[in-house]
Amino acid sequence: MSARLRPALLGLGLIVLLALPLVAGKFGLDLASRIMIMAIFAMSLDLLVGYAGMVSLGHAAFFGIGAYGLYLLSPAYGAANLFLSLPASVAASAIAAFVVGLLVLRSSGVYFIMVTLAFGEMFYYYATGARWLGGSDGAYIYQRPAAGPVDLGQGHTFYYLLLIALAASYALLHVILRAPFGHALRGIRGNEHRMRSLGFATPRYRLLAFVIAGALAGLAGYFDAAQFGVVNPELFGWRLSGGVLMMVILGGMGTLDGAIMGAAALVLLENFLGDLTTHWLLPMGLFIVAAVLLLPQGLTDPAALWRAVRERRHV
Amino acid sequence: MSEPILRAERLGRNFGGLAAVRDVSLDLPPNQIHAVIGPNGAGKTTLINLLSGDLSPTTGRVFFRGVEIEGHALDRIARLGVARAYQRTNIFAGFSVFENCRLAAQARRLPGMRLFRPALAYRDINDAADRAMALAGIEPRAASRAADLSHGEQRQLELAMALATEPQVLLLDEPLAGMGPEEASRIAALIARLGADHAILLVEHDMDAVFNIAATVTVMVDGAVLASGAPEAIRADRAVQAAYLGEAA
Repeated sequence: MSARLRPALLGLGLIVLLALPLVAGKFGLDLASRIMIMAIFAMSLDLLVGYAGMVSLGHAAFFGIGAYGLYLLSPAYGAANLFLSLPASVAASAIAAFVVGLLVLRSSGVYFIMVTLAFGEMFYYYATGARWLGGSDGAYIYQRPAAGPVDLGQGHTFYYLLLIALAASYALLHVILRAPFGHALRGIRGNEHRMRSLGFATPRYRLLAFVIAGALAGLAGYFDAAQFGVVNPELFGWRLSGGVLMMVILGGMGTLDGAIMGAAALVLLENFLGDLTTHWLLPMGLFIVAAVLLLPQGLTDPAALWRAVRERRHV
Repeated sequence: MSEPILRAERLGRNFGGLAAVRDVSLDLPPNQIHAVIGPNGAGKTTLINLLSGDLSPTTGRVFFRGVEIEGHALDRIARLGVARAYQRTNIFAGFSVFENCRLAAQARRLPGMRLFRPALAYRDINDAADRAMALAGIEPRAASRAADLSHGEQRQLELAMALATEPQVLLLDEPLAGMGPEEASRIAALIARLGADHAILLVEHDMDAVFNIAATVTVMVDGAVLASGAPEAIRADRAVQAAYLGEAA
């Protein structure tokens, strides 16, 4: 996407999202909320995959911790305190990412993929058997969190808080990626050995990226639990980890806009295909294969489709 | 002679049964060029790897300003001020020439992680990158992608990145290899100038360049030091002539 077009499209998207409650009904707003939650989640993974070159297949673990954080901090028949449960859930995800990161970041490449997958599954199986977490059936959250006048169960408050969280996550990632930290992450992705040889203590950079990504995944998970009022072990599982990785790849790795577009594309597709047929996974798979073949740079680079068609013709 | 900045004491490194480096001791005093020559497979690159921390020695010790370097961690040695230019070009191919040098300067000037101010707002880092590019003569290609450079230009970039870290010690592994004659003599002159305020270890095949600019020459054969001394003494050394210079002549 051209440098001039990007801010314009971002602004347009923000205006559309701001105005959406004026025109859309409950279904539309729920769908938009779902997209925003997955967009935060996908951006957090893109920090690892697209910028730092760490392909994690266990990123849902931190999403799940954020979600279960809300469950654990919600009283049985009341609303959790928003200002307490939100930061606490995000912090829990960040701490978990720190501990897991200390262990998994010793590996890289294919081993990193396998080790992160294994950690995600550990959380999944633990939650399945843990009675205090509701076991394999999961548990319900009967009221959305609230604090004083801010009640996520009222009107469009949830939607707008989510929009703020999305914008804030985007802004935070944009800032750190532009900072020396982000430049160093890209260098680590390009050639970690050379980065060390220049004097970068690369393990610290990778760990901090892992913690930031884990915290934002926890934020997304918190909102997921708030939206649906239910948590279950699937929130830790590899299906979700794989799904969000698909969003990142589909949108184009290494672009925050791409992560958002990938999230929107997959959530919408899942929704509409799911309405059309019970075998929606088949057309979904075909779409993903087509997208990866025709748009190798992701949805943010639609011009690639045109280039591909032209090259075919010349062959 | 003043205290050496970098000092290797009886370094050795084995790969399986092969002793790539055996019992090598050498000093890098301040403001001097110490050249290491020797036939292919003599262990010159391995020696640089042991000094830079790319490899850990099997035996022996390395001292920086008299303090032993424990653990031989690559990034920690770099932060002490020991920069290394690789023989097999080792750059960030997808980045611009400027960004390659800017990252190198950042490594030196911002050892802590900085998360908020834009990287390009650190003027001193940009300036350090610019200076290094100008010194290495790669400034006209600042905006080019490193992968698009010619082989010789990539060698210059490799040197520029080492300079951008503003090091006290330069470990240069065949910096002239792959350059055209004009560029090679320009870079040889640059290395001679850098020798005025850096401790330099120079591994090089270009004999004329080495004997002109080095204060000390060490000859390695089969992983061990055959002879070490002033260029004239080395040129006159019978064993060296037999083992190495004789072959070339």
